Amino acid sequence: MSAMLLSLVLLLAGCGAPAALSPAGPQAGQIAGLWAVFFWVSVVVEVAVVAFLLYAVLRARRPVLTLPALAAEPLAERRLTRGVSAATALTAIVVVALLAASILVTRALGALHAPQALTVEIAGHQWWWEVEYWDPVPSQRVRTANEIHVPVGEAVLVKLRASDVIHSLWVPPLHGKKDLIPGHATSLWIKADRPGAFGGQCAEFCGYQHAHMRLLVIAESRGAFDAWLARQRRPAPEPTDAQARRGRDVFLTGPCAICHTIVGTPAAARLGPDLTHLAGRTTLAAGTLPNTPGHLAGWIIDPQRIKPGVHMPSIGLDGADLQALLAYLGSLK
Amino acid sequence: MSAELAVRDVDDAATRAALEVTWAPPRGVLGLLGTVNHKVVAIRYIVSAFVFFALAGVLALVMRAQLAYPEARLVGPDLYNQIFTVHGSTMMFLFAVPVMEAMGLYLVPLMVGTRNVAFPRLNAFGFWIYLIGGALLWAAFLLNVGPDAGWFAYVPLAGPDQAPGKRIDVWAQMITFTELAALVGAVELVVTTLKLRAPGMSLNRVPLFVWAMLVTAFMVIFAMPAIMVASTMLAMDRLVDTHFFNVAEGGDALLWQHLFWFFGHPEVYIIFIPATGFVSTIVQTFARRPIVGYPAMVLSLIATGFLGFGLWVHHMFATGLPSLGESFFTAASMLIAIPTGVQIFCWLATLRSGRVLVRAPLLYVLAFVATFVLGGLSGVMVASAPLDLQLHDTFFVVAHLHYVLIGGSVFPLLGALHYWLPKMSGRMPSEGLGRLTVAILFVGFQLTFFPMHQLGLAGMPRRVYTYLPETGWGPLNALSSVGAALLGVAVLLFVANVAWTLRRGARAEDDPWGADTLEWSTTSPPPAYNFVHIPVVESRHPLWTHPSPRVVTGLRIDVREVLVTDAIDAVPDHRHMLDGPTLYPFLTAMAAGIGIITAIFTPWGITVGVVLTLPPLIGWFWPAGEAIAGTTREKA
Repeated sequence: MSAMLLSLVLLLAGCGAPAALSPAGPQAGQIAGLWAVFFWVSVVVEVAVVAFLLYAVLRARRPVLTLPALAAEPLAERRLTRGVSAATALTAIVVVALLAASILVTRALGALHAPQALTVEIAGHQWWWEVEYWDPVPSQRVRTANEIHVPVGEAVLVKLRASDVIHSLWVPPLHGKKDLIPGHATSLWIKADRPGAFGGQCAEFCGYQHAHMRLLVIAESRGAFDAWLARQRRPAPEPTDAQARRGRDVFLTGPCAICHTIVGTPAAARLGPDLTHLAGRTTLAAGTLPNTPGHLAGWIIDPQRIKPGVHMPSIGLDGADLQALLAYLGSLK
Repeated sequence: MSAELAVRDVDDAATRAALEVTWAPPRGVLGLLGTVNHKVVAIRYIVSAFVFFALAGVLALVMRAQLAYPEARLVGPDLYNQIFTVHGSTMMFLFAVPVMEAMGLYLVPLMVGTRNVAFPRLNAFGFWIYLIGGALLWAAFLLNVGPDAGWFAYVPLAGPDQAPGKRIDVWAQMITFTELAALVGAVELVVTTLKLRAPGMSLNRVPLFVWAMLVTAFMVIFAMPAIMVASTMLAMDRLVDTHFFNVAEGGDALLWQHLFWFFGHPEVYIIFIPATGFVSTIVQTFARRPIVGYPAMVLSLIATGFLGFGLWVHHMFATGLPSLGESFFTAASMLIAIPTGVQIFCWLATLRSGRVLVRAPLLYVLAFVATFVLGGLSGVMVASAPLDLQLHDTFFVVAHLHYVLIGGSVFPLLGALHYWLPKMSGRMPSEGLGRLTVAILFVGFQLTFFPMHQLGLAGMPRRVYTYLPETGWGPLNALSSVGAALLGVAVLLFVANVAWTLRRGARAEDDPWGADTLEWSTTSPPPAYNFVHIPVVESRHPLWTHPSPRVVTGLRIDVREVLVTDAIDAVPDHRHMLDGPTLYPFLTAMAAGIGIITAIFTPWGITVGVVLTLPPLIGWFWPAGEAIAGTTREKA
């Protein structure tokens, strides 16, 4: 009990409402409403059972150490049986009510649809998220990683796939989880009711860096979203100064191009995240580091220290090459 | 009884002396490796299971140290993944199920009034197989070949492409070993309960603990084959390139999940139902009255046993099921609250109407009710498909499962050990130390696991080796780690109490708690043959109705003879001769062990195993002449 009180106090002091209970979309909202029902039913049941237990033990008749009387008092026994039956009936009623509430919410979650909605395909990789904005015209498709921009107030269809192991997409303020399973196509609908950046994380254990497989959903106005999408459709800007040009050479002639794409350059590999507009993202290494030149340098030189086991190797570069590469990557807005 | 008996009961002293000779424990190597006494085997089982419990507990403390603050570098992801996999696998496969079955193997023959389990040699074989499996897992872990794909070993992460090396093969073979042992234990419990009950102990007089073990044993028989098939398929995918789970060749990743959870969910009830048996026993004894609603209790156990098989898919709500399927499994999962509720209400009613004697075992039960009800309620939450989408695979579920497994099973188990320790050891445990243990256990538990509910809702997934400072999960994790240290202290106190009992405890009488079941009618500790005379049972509470019950006479005492009775009414049917100590079960287990461990590396291991197990099996089942007229005999 004291532990519960203590953690309740901590909760009120520091944390505020947890992510899953601060909904930013209709689905998380429905689930948070259902949570409230289950939570208060649980509080009542737990308190009632513990109170009755303590009452029963503390107020019970004093023990007799002789043999218990087995000839039951029929009246008292009948009262006990009736009490147990009533409690059982009440349990059944509460369970059925909770079941009904649960089924209603399941139906409500399935009701979010929109014709010709924005479709985002997400592929789970160890340990990052590949994101592709679908378009009937292949050249208009946009590929990015670990950050998903969506327009506020619009239903978005998220199609999910995985090729290595099972992952699970979870952005608590928007919706519950959906697994990404090799060999099974899954999907979910999400909708953000208010602008904001909502953190998410892989929820299915997927190997060494399961802990650092995070993502960000950025909900913004339709105008801002369209502008962002238009920016993403453009190829990477040409480097304008000598250092950035040297950085591009480092990128294209070094190991980087073996795994990464920068649209507008010959680098077109898809083993790692698309870096065409890397400088426009807020985080690095699937939400592990803030996107600053210092962190980027640390990540390039020794990713194994930051995410042990990650598939990106350590890249040995001398100081000048590293500075040039940082200048080039920093220009990829 | 047949008339031509060569040796008849003359008087108690002579009978006792004859029984001592017939059931004398073997000495030397045979005593160490060949004993078939169910109590010796069961205590070895219990001690081994607690050693594994302590080892896995140490791993839990390492995990809590690593998670106590963000970005800790105590252990890296490779070791952490091995640690949580070995922690979960040990607790589920090497501690929880074996210790529950072991309690049954110790108590059921005593409670039903017979001399040994139905197949004493098979019983010994089961223990050795279990020990080899457990040693294999821990030896591999200490050699840095510990499995690292979780106790659930989801494919493709556990498949040959994503998990090269031998770590997962070790896990798969350990499953085969321990589940084989679990099946052996289940068969022992079913046959002992149904065929070796004392005359008069009709099914409506069977103690609730024995009922609980019977239901558990049937669940084991139906659940364990699913995981054995699955782990064998996984081992074959990895060893001989089959494609059961290989998506690229038409295999299916979800097939594994169905097979695993078809075992995995019943497993929870396999661990919980024996605990309800402990609770019913302790409540009845310390409330000083028969349990309220015995028929309702039995029917609840059976209902739980059936329902437990209909809700495995609630572990898979996030995989994208049709909503009708989701609703079905939500309904099935929530329904189980009803039989569980019935049991809780019956215990409460029994306590309310009894004359409650507050002793340490009862305090464990009180801690159990307060904790388990909370775990059950969070279980109703995760049973709801939409709620589960938020809660699944987060620390909320870590909280939930420890509330039901520690609160629901380990609390009653520790209470039960305190309760039966006088019978097992002949000495009384310390009441004061027992009470202190319960208090620290309860506070430590709540401190450790209650904050995890909040962490899960705040977005912390399970199975992460660390987390970023900006998540804000640090303070609650720190609190949880402090609680875990307290839990460790409570476990040490429990062990200290057992050690103190064995060395200094006051001599226990036959029935120190004034309980009603047959195990308390014999001496503490019981002799190798359990009872001088097989008792005759005339009520549901034999020791409360007849402190010195009528007994069966006419059983042979110069051979290991037991009385076989009818499954429903326990009417005497015939006499049956059990076999004595032998090395063959041990040798067979060793041979099978060599075979299965070799099969981690090469398919020829199967051949090696077959060739090596053949000689001890031939020795084991070599005919030993005709059974004596009027009796049966089996070489098991």
